[in-house]
Amino acid sequence: MGITFRKETFRDDFTFRNSPEHIRRFPFPFHEDSYMYAVNIEPHVVGPKGSVLENLIDVDEHYVAEMQDRALVLAEDPLRCQSLPHMTLAGWDLLELLMEQQALGYPEHFTLTRDGDKWRWINRPLGIDDSFTFGDTSTLPYGPMEYITRQSQGDFCILDQRDGNLWMDAGMVTTQADWSLDFDIGMNFFEWHAPVPLAHEKGIFIRALKFLTNIQQGKPARRLNWTMTINPRLDTSPENYHKWGPDRTTVTPENVGDKVHLRVELQSFWRLPRSNGIVFPIRCYLIKMDELVTQPKWARRLHRVIRDLPEELATYKGLTRYRPTLVEWLSKLDDGSPTSAGFGPD
Amino acid sequence: MAAKSIISRPVYGTLSPQPGKHHLFIADTEGALAITDMARTAPASFFDGAEIVFIPGPGRKHVAALEALRPAQFHEAPSFASLLPRLRQTLANAHMGLRLYLAGTEGLIGQAMQVALEAGIDHTSIQTEHRGSLARRMQCVHCKGITENVTTQPAICSHCGLLLLVRDHYSRRLAAFQGVCINAEDRSEIPPMEEIFR
Repeated sequence: MGITFRKETFRDDFTFRNSPEHIRRFPFPFHEDSYMYAVNIEPHVVGPKGSVLENLIDVDEHYVAEMQDRALVLAEDPLRCQSLPHMTLAGWDLLELLMEQQALGYPEHFTLTRDGDKWRWINRPLGIDDSFTFGDTSTLPYGPMEYITRQSQGDFCILDQRDGNLWMDAGMVTTQADWSLDFDIGMNFFEWHAPVPLAHEKGIFIRALKFLTNIQQGKPARRLNWTMTINPRLDTSPENYHKWGPDRTTVTPENVGDKVHLRVELQSFWRLPRSNGIVFPIRCYLIKMDELVTQPKWARRLHRVIRDLPEELATYKGLTRYRPTLVEWLSKLDDGSPTSAGFGPD
Repeated sequence: MAAKSIISRPVYGTLSPQPGKHHLFIADTEGALAITDMARTAPASFFDGAEIVFIPGPGRKHVAALEALRPAQFHEAPSFASLLPRLRQTLANAHMGLRLYLAGTEGLIGQAMQVALEAGIDHTSIQTEHRGSLARRMQCVHCKGITENVTTQPAICSHCGLLLLVRDHYSRRLAAFQGVCINAEDRSEIPPMEEIFR
């Protein structure tokens, strides 16, 4: 049996919810009761059945709704998907990777058949059945990167590797935590991370770049990042900040559980075989506080993390306005007892 | 000289004569002084292979001083926009051995570098020196409009009218600093506007 895809929205009436099974598989990002930046990169290998790591490219119950939301964002603002002219080959690399991984992990939903460069791709959840010539852009309705990332959950950045650096030269970015592809495209690794506080001084980016430029084909890596979002809104772009920013003033003690969401990014890094680029999928998972606190360990730990977060990080993540309300609400679920080691629920 | 801040913020140097066959200088008002200062240490025949493109602004200050360097070509332009077609052609026809020198306001350096990048010149090979106003060229992240000569913090987008925080985050591709709505969360919060990029 396949996945039952939910009908839900990430805007207006915000009907997004996680099913009980999806709450248990949520990639909770804190392995201890406090948080500070670290180069928390590890090999991206298959994890336990039923977790978000069961497949290296995860497809879940939100797939169809997320793809519909992406189409809405692109219709409003096509600049969310851009590829500099030298990145087309890397786009084909990405198309191959995502088709292979989705067909491998979810054969009941996706089928890829290849006869030389004549490919056929069937995507049943989205009702797509396309035959095309691999490498010939004129045989697809979009460029290869745009075509496949309109059918894959998460944002995607394709990085060109040259001069010992990584360059953000292509991307599909519609579910971002407040950064602009249109502004950052063409920048190198240090430049696009320039606004991040504290991490430069800690040498985080120098070490991370060294790691990433050495990633080998067939040996992807991953890390988790997190922030918080008011309402289950995928499109928290700077472009639309003046539209979603006011949400942050709407948090009250009564609605914290429903409005405040933990937003976790599962970032993975893959070497692309033909272009020697790196693709950097940023997969976003949302969970509202009411759902998260059904796991008592997560409730206790999140309380301690948010309460003790350094001020610069709270500001950078945009929590300042509602942090006291959130901490007060979470404190009632923290009896002070110890939490078990590791990310998972008890 | 602009203060150093975050990594995407451009850092400018001091012009110095580079090995090369042709030397293209682009400068606005005070940028002329960077060129005349450099000329003091340049080899005798250096400007024989040089072209100076100058946007003097009102008053035509420094025009005579630059002409006195006797460059092979001297062109005076009323604005950056007016010199774009000429600059694009010069760069498109350029051969190996052309060296680029940019001097003046950040807006001038940024826009000239943008055209050079489009012509395939590596930004690290370009000599830059900041002189004159610290006014910024700013892209509104919301409507994408560029506002020239921003001197205040915050600043009003000349296209959509939002009140923007002028960040230090800078894009060479756009030749602009990023402007982000400063009171997006609560429009009734209006911070005082200060003139800080003079």
